[in-house]
Amino acid sequence: MNGLTGTGVSPGVGFGPAFVLDWEPPVPEPGAGHGGDAEAERARAERALADVAADLEARGARAGGEAREILNAQALMALDPGLATGVAELIDAGASAARAVYEAFGAYRAMLAGAGGYLGARVADLDDIRDRAIAVLDGRPPPGPPSSRDALDGPPGPYVLVARDLAPADTAALSPDVVAAFVTEEGGPTSHTAILARALGVPAVVACPGAASIAAGTPLLVDGAAGTVRPAPPDADVAAALGAAAGREAALAAAIGPGATADGHPVPLLANIGGPDDVEAALAHGAEGVGLFRTEFLFLGRSAAPGEREQEEAYLAVLDAFPGGRVIVRALDAGADKPLAFLPPPRPEPNPALGERGLRLLRAHPEILETQLRALARAAARSRADLQVMAPMVATAEEAAWFAAACREAGLPSAGVMIEIPSAAVRAADLAAEAGFFSVGTNDLAQYTLAADRQVGALTGLQDPWQPALLDLVGLAVAGAAERGRPCGVCGEAAGDPALACVLVGIGVTSLSMAAPALPAVRAALARHSREECVLAAAAAVAAGSPDEARAAARANLPGLADLGL
Amino acid sequence: MTQRQVTVEAEVGLHARPAATFVQTAAKAPLDITIAKGSGKPVNAKSILSVLSLDVRKGDIVVIAAEGDGADEILDRLAEIASAP
Repeated sequence: MNGLTGTGVSPGVGFGPAFVLDWEPPVPEPGAGHGGDAEAERARAERALADVAADLEARGARAGGEAREILNAQALMALDPGLATGVAELIDAGASAARAVYEAFGAYRAMLAGAGGYLGARVADLDDIRDRAIAVLDGRPPPGPPSSRDALDGPPGPYVLVARDLAPADTAALSPDVVAAFVTEEGGPTSHTAILARALGVPAVVACPGAASIAAGTPLLVDGAAGTVRPAPPDADVAAALGAAAGREAALAAAIGPGATADGHPVPLLANIGGPDDVEAALAHGAEGVGLFRTEFLFLGRSAAPGEREQEEAYLAVLDAFPGGRVIVRALDAGADKPLAFLPPPRPEPNPALGERGLRLLRAHPEILETQLRALARAAARSRADLQVMAPMVATAEEAAWFAAACREAGLPSAGVMIEIPSAAVRAADLAAEAGFFSVGTNDLAQYTLAADRQVGALTGLQDPWQPALLDLVGLAVAGAAERGRPCGVCGEAAGDPALACVLVGIGVTSLSMAAPALPAVRAALARHSREECVLAAAAAVAAGSPDEARAAARANLPGLADLGL
Repeated sequence: MTQRQVTVEAEVGLHARPAATFVQTAAKAPLDITIAKGSGKPVNAKSILSVLSLDVRKGDIVVIAAEGDGADEILDRLAEIASAP
């Protein structure tokens, strides 16, 4: 048998014997009727659906996280009042409970399948509830995959779960100790199998033609990034594939705990988040706190400004996730390209990136900032997290002083500024006299330094965070901050590049904040290099004449990156 | 009959988590509540399958309606959920 190819939806390499889940769901015969007691039959159907809902909720509660949310949504479907009415009507017309459930689901199934896309993908969720309810009515609960390897014959070790499709209820309770990989004939990147596989950290290949005909027990080598499934591979290939994957994973996994260089110089590793929904991923990737909490989600698309109480609760939801940790909140960052519906429409600006945005907009509408700062102060008072506030788009020391005064007024002791405008980096010492800390926003700083609009794709090369001019400005910001004993972090894509993260630490940056998935690789890269190596890499990068040369020069001084496969 | 007309702002539309929150909130109210997409046929707002079947996307306008004591209050809550980004 040749290799199979599908869509890789959860990266990693898994090897094990195929466990084939080939349960055929029961289909009640058309015309199947009940004994004549419609009321009792209705009660039986109701109970079966309630049992299924309770079972799904219990599985969700055991699994937690994303699985719980998915399974609770399924339970909500099982208890749907419209569905219950349909079932009752069919039973009153003489149908058996099982047949009535089958037909009542059919009506909704057709509607979802016809819509395609996201809704089409929910058909599998609906079918699973239907099949479980019918199985309960038949007294034959559906077999799930074994939750322990002991139940199976053959060599010990995890198995590869193979099926036409998998239901969230089947996969939620599994762990990587039991399952080496998932392979399904159907499903797509937005299927719940894909989502749960990523949440569990199990490699997965979906939409894989031929998967359903794999024989039970066949050894399978699954690459969840490439989307390949190799039946009965030679031992040497298995060893090589697993070795390469394990080496990389072990190196990344070994780097746990607070961020630090190999010689113990601490570099707090923080997450960039856009709202409370991002907290889970931040924690899952070991964020020590939040280095950039964007607050636009509370304001954009609203016809009225959010109230103090609503804001307070939203901030608290994030603060409570990091007791004892640092959470840096950025004040509202809006502009002509991100207009606020509750303010008078902005005057048309030919170049919104250089217009009345960020702190400039907040100064024009101080009541918005005052409410936000009061809400933040109230949230901080109720939380054990270390809340800090920073202003976006600060150009001068006078602006930094104005913002710091507004924060003091609201009872917030720690006010920082973002370094996004070259003038702020050049006069960093003046700003540091007014602000408690800096956070360099490398994306905007690159845009303004190289005069290259972030929205113009043709200018991507000028937007490169390895541009030596950008590194120079980061150096100026760090030096200005150090003059006043202030910390200077970086939030922006640059912080999430493992090699550049080492360079930034070498320049003197005191913390790094990035999208959560980038944290493990950056943590591992720092742990492999001493501060001295970072300083040498930074000196080499800054001395280079172009981004490519800077990258190469830095890497030549960072030997640990190759070990990590980075 | 009291009603609210709002534009759905969530990226995922009235699906997934927003749909579940919407239906769970509606289900707790002791009133009949309907939701319609634009000028389409109203469906039971307490039925997740009916709400999903509307296939409400970001930017779509929905009309939520109820009648009786407390209608204003519950409609305000539901309008807020439906229009949350």
